[in-house]
Amino acid sequence: MELPDGYVIIVSRECETCRELVPAFRELAGNGIGVVFVSQDDAGFPDGVSGVVDDSDLELSWRLAVEVTPTAIRIEGGVPGRRIIGWRKSEWAEFFGVPGLAPDLPDHRPGCGSLTLLPGVPERLAVRYGGGPVLASRRIEFGAMEDEHEAMFARGWTDGLPVVPPTMERVYAMLGGTRRAADEVIGIIPPDYRECTVEKAAVNAVMAGCRPEYLPVVLAAVQALAAEPFNAHGVAATTWYSGPVVVVNGPIATRIGMNSEHNAFGPGNRANASIGRALNLIVRNVGGSRPGEVDRSTQGHPTKYTMAFAEREYDSPWTSLATERGVPQGGSAVTLFAGQGPTPISDQKSRGPDSLTHSLAAGLRTVRHSKAAGPVAALVAVAPEHARIFGAAGWDKERLRGEIIDLLSIPDTELVAGAGGMDEGLAAPATGAVVAKFKPENLWFVHVGGGAGGSSGIISGWVAGPKGSTMVTIPIEED
Amino acid sequence: MEKLTVLDPTAETLPSHRPSAPRLQDLTGRVVALVDISKPRGDVFLDRIESILLARGIEVLRFTKPTHTRPAPADLRHEITTRSTAVIQALAD
Repeated sequence: MELPDGYVIIVSRECETCRELVPAFRELAGNGIGVVFVSQDDAGFPDGVSGVVDDSDLELSWRLAVEVTPTAIRIEGGVPGRRIIGWRKSEWAEFFGVPGLAPDLPDHRPGCGSLTLLPGVPERLAVRYGGGPVLASRRIEFGAMEDEHEAMFARGWTDGLPVVPPTMERVYAMLGGTRRAADEVIGIIPPDYRECTVEKAAVNAVMAGCRPEYLPVVLAAVQALAAEPFNAHGVAATTWYSGPVVVVNGPIATRIGMNSEHNAFGPGNRANASIGRALNLIVRNVGGSRPGEVDRSTQGHPTKYTMAFAEREYDSPWTSLATERGVPQGGSAVTLFAGQGPTPISDQKSRGPDSLTHSLAAGLRTVRHSKAAGPVAALVAVAPEHARIFGAAGWDKERLRGEIIDLLSIPDTELVAGAGGMDEGLAAPATGAVVAKFKPENLWFVHVGGGAGGSSGIISGWVAGPKGSTMVTIPIEED
Repeated sequence: MEKLTVLDPTAETLPSHRPSAPRLQDLTGRVVALVDISKPRGDVFLDRIESILLARGIEVLRFTKPTHTRPAPADLRHEITTRSTAVIQALAD
């Protein structure tokens, strides 16, 4: 609507301050200075004032960017000018040029939140009346009688489980989780090598079930996915099992409620479940990797549905994974590892670090194949019961890594093809040289799990290094 | 009943349909590229193919991808396509 010159006061009956100010509103309406009242929820409010504009669809409040009721705005030449919010009697008296306004009312009252800001409302108003970020994605309208879930399955957008329909309202709400522009390109996603914008990540994050505050984690994970050393093309296309394993470090993990304790790899935590899932949906929908097409995994792995968790930092005896990988202490980061698992290693009897290390090494010996060595990677998820033993003995991650590498430095006569009755193995001939199964840069540790349980998990990797995939860590941009 | 509108989660690119090159009727006078993608035992397969082709008097060139885990480098693809008229690639192990 076109606003006449004078003043507009936006009110709502629901607002306690507005109700208390009715005597002032009546005085202003009656003194001929040209005040139009706009009510967000009841055209009969303020009581006793005529000509109230019904804004129950909130269009005018939205267009005027009202955040508080009451808000008074001066209109000059049809254009909104100076505004005041809440109630400070002297300010209102000066603003309207009415000395001695409402002598019986208190001097000050805080305003109330505008109904335009209720949860879910800004997104709906942005879609209806504009003002949200420009979204480039193609709009797809389902038929009135069409089941939206079946429609999304039919289009091949899902991982086999239902997804949340990515309506504009939901995508707007998701984009509220980041300050990054919707059209910013986060990375180029193989195997189709297509741009993943913040918007496309948000659309897939909605589908995966993410809340807006998870989006910065998803965006960092997409950056990691697109990083050349991660080799997402190979991870997607290989006959091997690997999928993207997302480890989250830093304050953001706690703030968004990620699980780093009991059942951290299991179901039940929305952040863990949906962040990993969002990344895999991006691999599918933006990158174009689909099982049976470019994805040629012989047996696949649940990691390709979702695998994301946080490191249990608050009582860890160790430096966090992110800090070990160069992220400043106290910063938040995503680390992406091409992996599968975990394979649990039980040890409930070791009371010292040497015995426990032997147990872990015995489990790690079988990563990829018990005779594989060199480009082999593993991320060991050390549970608190085990970590406490290392911590009490003063073993840091570096010490543990070195001890395991030493224990798994094996004469090539044991590893060569044919040894042990297995044709698989290193190329002949054996020379008697000792070969380390793991290089230091391919063996990592993360503290995760509940307080009870004498077992740790081996998240084994794919081909490690430049010929395969290298772990990537990306700091999370929160502002 | 209200219709639901959603945003396309895909990269919105139609698959590029490129027709296959015409099939060769025979290999006489052709240069055949044998491409090893560096998977185990690919060389065993290609050695055998090479001996069969050479016995038939067909010229053979051997190429090897640096690693099977990544796409072939552009230079290698260019060399294969400019120097040969047919390609036999040893894929998985």
